[in-house]
Amino acid sequence: MEGGASVAIFWLLAALTVGAAVAVVMLPNIVHSALYLVLTFIGVAGIYILLEAEFLAAVQVLIYAGGVAVLLIFGVMLTRRGHIRQSNPFNSYHVAAGVVSLALFILVVLALGRSPWHAFPGPWPEDTVGAVAEAFLGPYVLPFEVAAVLLLVGIVGAILLAREEKGEK
Amino acid sequence: MAGGGNVVATWLNTWGFPPWLNSLLTGIIYLVGVLAFIFLNVIYLIYLERKVSAYMQQRLGPNRVGPRGLLQSVADALKLLGKEDIVPRHVDKWVFLVAPIAIFIPAVLLYAVIPFGRGLIAADLNIGVLYFLAVSSTTTIAILMGGWAANNKYALLGAMRAVAQMVSYEIPLVFSILGVVMLVGSLKTTDIVAAQEDVWFIFWQPVAFLIFFIAANAEVNRGPFDLVEGEQEIIAGPYVEYTAMRYALFFLSEYANLVSVSALAVTLFLGGWQGPWLPSWLWFIIKLYIMILLFMWVRWTFPRIRIDHLLKLNWKFLLPLSLVNILVTGVGIKVYQWLSPGRW
Repeated sequence: MEGGASVAIFWLLAALTVGAAVAVVMLPNIVHSALYLVLTFIGVAGIYILLEAEFLAAVQVLIYAGGVAVLLIFGVMLTRRGHIRQSNPFNSYHVAAGVVSLALFILVVLALGRSPWHAFPGPWPEDTVGAVAEAFLGPYVLPFEVAAVLLLVGIVGAILLAREEKGEK
Repeated sequence: MAGGGNVVATWLNTWGFPPWLNSLLTGIIYLVGVLAFIFLNVIYLIYLERKVSAYMQQRLGPNRVGPRGLLQSVADALKLLGKEDIVPRHVDKWVFLVAPIAIFIPAVLLYAVIPFGRGLIAADLNIGVLYFLAVSSTTTIAILMGGWAANNKYALLGAMRAVAQMVSYEIPLVFSILGVVMLVGSLKTTDIVAAQEDVWFIFWQPVAFLIFFIAANAEVNRGPFDLVEGEQEIIAGPYVEYTAMRYALFFLSEYANLVSVSALAVTLFLGGWQGPWLPSWLWFIIKLYIMILLFMWVRWTFPRIRIDHLLKLNWKFLLPLSLVNILVTGVGIKVYQWLSPGRW
């Protein structure tokens, strides 16, 4: 894609992502927040496509945007008290939240500043899927498997919590 | 965007436009073509479904408007277009208004990676099949939006069922496709079709095809898995408060998804557009309609199943079976490589 067009698309996507993210935080209705979260994820997927990481973009939509549906269900089921229009209220921890956000922001800026940015000389690899697979099952196999075990623990834990114990009730 | 050997792009090249105009025109032609394909197919499919169900139940079906009732669906579509678009007072307005559009967009986007014939594909992506799955997964959110915004108990029940059903059946669907992807070694839909020149994958992957067919049936919410709508229990679920064109958009997307999932089945398991004598696009259409008729046959044969049976079938039968299928496929590929060195 030509330079000008891709820069314009990047800014559009960035505006979409950040705007939707702000809406997620600000809106008082938790269902609307979750729906804007879908837009945020799709915006991020668009940026992945701009970076020629098609596989990552598809996974982003499949896992995150698709997963929001489940998140929404939890949002609806867990906010039984009061009216849904006030289900995502602001709390009064202004100072603590400000400190945590500032610390996180500084951390991210520091990480960005210290990262040695290598400009990729190109040409872009034709097949990113194979490269990702080889990286996962080659040098990064241990973290990959650890993540899998972690997810399994999460699933088993969820089942244990959800299951009623025998004799109870 | 348009890959090499693309029919439309090659044809446009003969006119001598600048490249940017060429790619723009290619995109527009494909978009218009896909939209026309969807609308024509849906109009005809509704008629076909009513006729098929009628013949299966020893009725005649629509036979009053036009010869043999052929214009019935056209009349219905015109009627829907002319109706008032009612927005009830108690709905969550914006979500209610956006949901039908949100369900129609992925339904159209899915057609980008379907190879309709030799060199007839809108966008030959490297991740073709994965793109299809990713885009189709967002349909769940649109149904949930519609069901939630309607502010109606039946609609919300339907939306909850949609999430439980579609999210869980997505897993065996993806796993069944993995077998084919392992055999081909590529996610590109054109590569998958090209690999089936000699033998269709339904013969290498019969179990995967069966899992795919069942899971796809659940994904498009068709009987016996039409719990999301369940007319007798929850009066059409998420669509209950919709009227006129917004209702039609839901209906349209449902049939568009039926066509696209059948097209994916043809591409993955039935050799795509491959076939002797006839032109490639005609082969594709013939196979597509065989798949669609199979879906209709199943819908009008089996009764709707209960939600707990539905989920049990998925988690305790389809998911383990699809995992075993992946294992057997992997071992089979390795054994094949070991037996015939130098061929792979």
